[in-house]
Amino acid sequence: MKKKALVVSAAGAVLALGLSACGGGGTSTPAATEGGGSTSAPSAGAAGFNAGLENVTNPSDAKGGTLKMAVTEDWDSIDPGDTYYGMSWNLLRIYGRPLVTYNPAPGAKGRELVPDLAESLGVSSDEGKTWTYKLRAGLKYEDGSPITSKDVKYAVLRQLDKETFVNGPTYFNDWLDLPKDFKSVYKTPDVNTDSAIETPDDQTIVFHLNKPYSGFDNFAALPATVPVPQAKDTGIKYRDHVMASGPYMFETVEQGSRYVLVRNPNWDPATDPIRKALPDKYEISLGVEANDLDNRIIAGDLHVDIAGTGVQPAALGSIQADPALRERADNPVSARTWYISILNDNPPLDNVECRKAVIYAADRVGLQNAYGGQLAGDIATSLMPSGIGGWKKLDLYPTGSGDEAKAKEALTACGQPNGFETTMTFRSDRPKEQAAAESMQQALAKVGIKLTLKGFPTSEYFTAYAGKPAYTKANGIGLATNGWGADWNDGFGFLSQIVDSRTIREAGNYNLSVKDPAIDALVDKAFGTSETAARDAVWGEIDQKVMEGAYVLPAVYAKGLLLRGKGVTNQFVTGAFDMYDYLALGVQQ
Amino acid sequence: MVTYIIRRLIGALAMLFVVSAVTFSIFFVVPRLAGVTPDDMANRYVGRAATAANVQATAQKLGLYDPVVVQYGRWVKGVFVGSEYDYGAGVEHCPAPCLGYSFVTKQPVWPDLVDRLPVTLSLAAGASVIWLVIGVSVGVLSALKRRSIFDRGAMIIALAGVSLPPFFTGLVALSLLSYGLGITAPGGAYVPLSENPAQWAYSLILPWLTLAFLNAAAYARLTRAGMLDTMGEDYIRTARAKGLKESKVIGKHGLRAALTPIVTIFGLDVGILVGGAILTENAFSLQGLGKYATTAIAANDLPKIMGFTMLAAFFIVVANLIVDLLYAVVDPRVRLS
Repeated sequence: MKKKALVVSAAGAVLALGLSACGGGGTSTPAATEGGGSTSAPSAGAAGFNAGLENVTNPSDAKGGTLKMAVTEDWDSIDPGDTYYGMSWNLLRIYGRPLVTYNPAPGAKGRELVPDLAESLGVSSDEGKTWTYKLRAGLKYEDGSPITSKDVKYAVLRQLDKETFVNGPTYFNDWLDLPKDFKSVYKTPDVNTDSAIETPDDQTIVFHLNKPYSGFDNFAALPATVPVPQAKDTGIKYRDHVMASGPYMFETVEQGSRYVLVRNPNWDPATDPIRKALPDKYEISLGVEANDLDNRIIAGDLHVDIAGTGVQPAALGSIQADPALRERADNPVSARTWYISILNDNPPLDNVECRKAVIYAADRVGLQNAYGGQLAGDIATSLMPSGIGGWKKLDLYPTGSGDEAKAKEALTACGQPNGFETTMTFRSDRPKEQAAAESMQQALAKVGIKLTLKGFPTSEYFTAYAGKPAYTKANGIGLATNGWGADWNDGFGFLSQIVDSRTIREAGNYNLSVKDPAIDALVDKAFGTSETAARDAVWGEIDQKVMEGAYVLPAVYAKGLLLRGKGVTNQFVTGAFDMYDYLALGVQQ
Repeated sequence: MVTYIIRRLIGALAMLFVVSAVTFSIFFVVPRLAGVTPDDMANRYVGRAATAANVQATAQKLGLYDPVVVQYGRWVKGVFVGSEYDYGAGVEHCPAPCLGYSFVTKQPVWPDLVDRLPVTLSLAAGASVIWLVIGVSVGVLSALKRRSIFDRGAMIIALAGVSLPPFFTGLVALSLLSYGLGITAPGGAYVPLSENPAQWAYSLILPWLTLAFLNAAAYARLTRAGMLDTMGEDYIRTARAKGLKESKVIGKHGLRAALTPIVTIFGLDVGILVGGAILTENAFSLQGLGKYATTAIAANDLPKIMGFTMLAAFFIVVANLIVDLLYAVVDPRVRLS
């Protein structure tokens, strides 16, 4: 499943050209850490445009102050078992500790997994089907009660109930070796679940999978492993009072309006080598008007935009015009691709040559502009974005403004020399997707492919329309705008849910078009490959197969223009989430 | 008088009933006519990981398979006696007046609306006083100094005020006054009146002025037109001929007659505003009813939208009633019988 990003514009091709020429940045001194839980070591005073991509900016260990964060809309939930936003996964680590988490370090170092609640990364046995973690000693909740492995087991099991916790991913549902009679911790509380998770003692937790997976530490890093004491669980109401296991706990929870977090007196830094816990307090405002949010960060009234997807077009202009502001900006590439699914259910798009004709005819520069220009994304040559292990630049199709000759050749090869008609869907409340659809309509018309455009609201796009095969087949849908962000930055975290045909259900699908047994077989091969480089190579091979089959037309690898807050210390872009890391931040007094 | 009020209250209740039926139909009947199935509607509440069984279980739980009349009856019953809602891991009682239960946020709608109401009331109260005082004053002066520089300048500003939406003027005002000069509070800085009255006023002065700018402009133009009409009437000439002081002629005879349409529009405007100043609340990140409504609409959260609509309709109906009662005060020719 994909981790959602609040979609915020970072647009303007002209601005993009101007600003992207202002590169540069500070020294490249990554705050390297070794796996195993050492904290980030700040580099000295990196500054300038893109300084936060590979450096810790404004490094400091000074404690105190209030860090003010804001977001335009509330996210799904602060309950770690019920959330699927990247910003939420990043932020919740200030109040919840999963078994494993991401190294708080800039750039690619931030993608390294380090133990958090656990003493070390997982120990696998049974050829990758069994994974064991040992919890650190002395862990406590905010009320002083001890954190045990049974709490982690309960946390993982409770969020399997997708009727109650509708938002989170389903990795544990799909991979744990659960007993058949287990429904949920609420409906079948007495069913023995030791076949899936064992807790031989209060410090040890053992996961049993139904098939081998060598990258299970990525699962252990999911918010689902943040411990929940069964006695305090109130189901969906738990979001009103999440029990803190991290350095901060909720003082105020006003859903949709604001959250305030203060220090957790029972968090022991001796048990936590990852977090510095610098601010005394976090104030989080929800529902802040997007342009006002940017203005407040520029003025210093706010420190961080939690969404981490980039500033609005208005702020882009300010940043371009003001060198001082430009010094505070970073323009990272995200592990997210905006693309167009080419559905192969209906003729003539069941013919690979017709699908290739669509890709050849597409105006790739026009698509890039539709998605916001160069600052908002680089032209994509494959489905998998460049930050993912195993990515290689593919050169299967031209990336200019459309190759009519090749498109016509492909059309002739598929028996449609005069073109054909089909329908393209897009999310009607996303102007960029509408612009992309219109760009496609104009470009494809040049080779005789006539597109009828249909827009649908985001809230029902995948559940009732583009992601519902019965609808797409009955209504002759041939193309659909799509986008995907990695749950974690490896091939599995990005590709598994959008290229494996076995994940396709009756509705709510994100894999709209990749239905290839050869790709399914490669997915299985990647699951079973334990060596990282070899596994990455398989994901790279899958990426190439997707493009060879012309199942998708990749538009852009997404980018966002982020702005560092005034007076914020230790601010850098983590490769784990491609936004500022929220564990290391501090604020100057 | 009492009979009149009772008759109007019954009429107001009937109006609210009609509004609820129409709103419910828009959300639950029209989609069905367009081919949306109960499962499609349940899809909004089940998240992306749901299986078909999850969707059907949710549709069942929400009663979406029941006839629409039954669903509406259940909603009306909830308003008067409350409802029970199964949220998966338990059942929550939603006490009367239960205007619905959000299956997105897993919260009853009514307490949310009550939480947000003070923000909107604060905004509406301050802004309406400002725009009424400024709008009527400027309108009267413009009428009395017709074609003067003041009149022309005021009407140009009024035209700008009517033309510029609060999401524009609000953001510009914030940029200049809050982030540029630092003399007003930043967006989202609301402080409850009960906590600190001075901070309350400080945090709201810019939203008040922004909203008042829009409406004061309209009121100035309306008052000016009314005053120009009234001041040309025979009874004004008679009043002057009788030797009344000009201030009395203007205040007692001219303005009072010109105020009748102002009272009508003011009542409606305040009623609408209490139902949510959507643009202003969004521009200033104020967590009032207007912001609540936009968030609910963006999330397609029908129970919230329904609850908000009913509350907004309630305020408009009440405002209408108050306006009708005030007519008798403003215009002695009106008799409430």
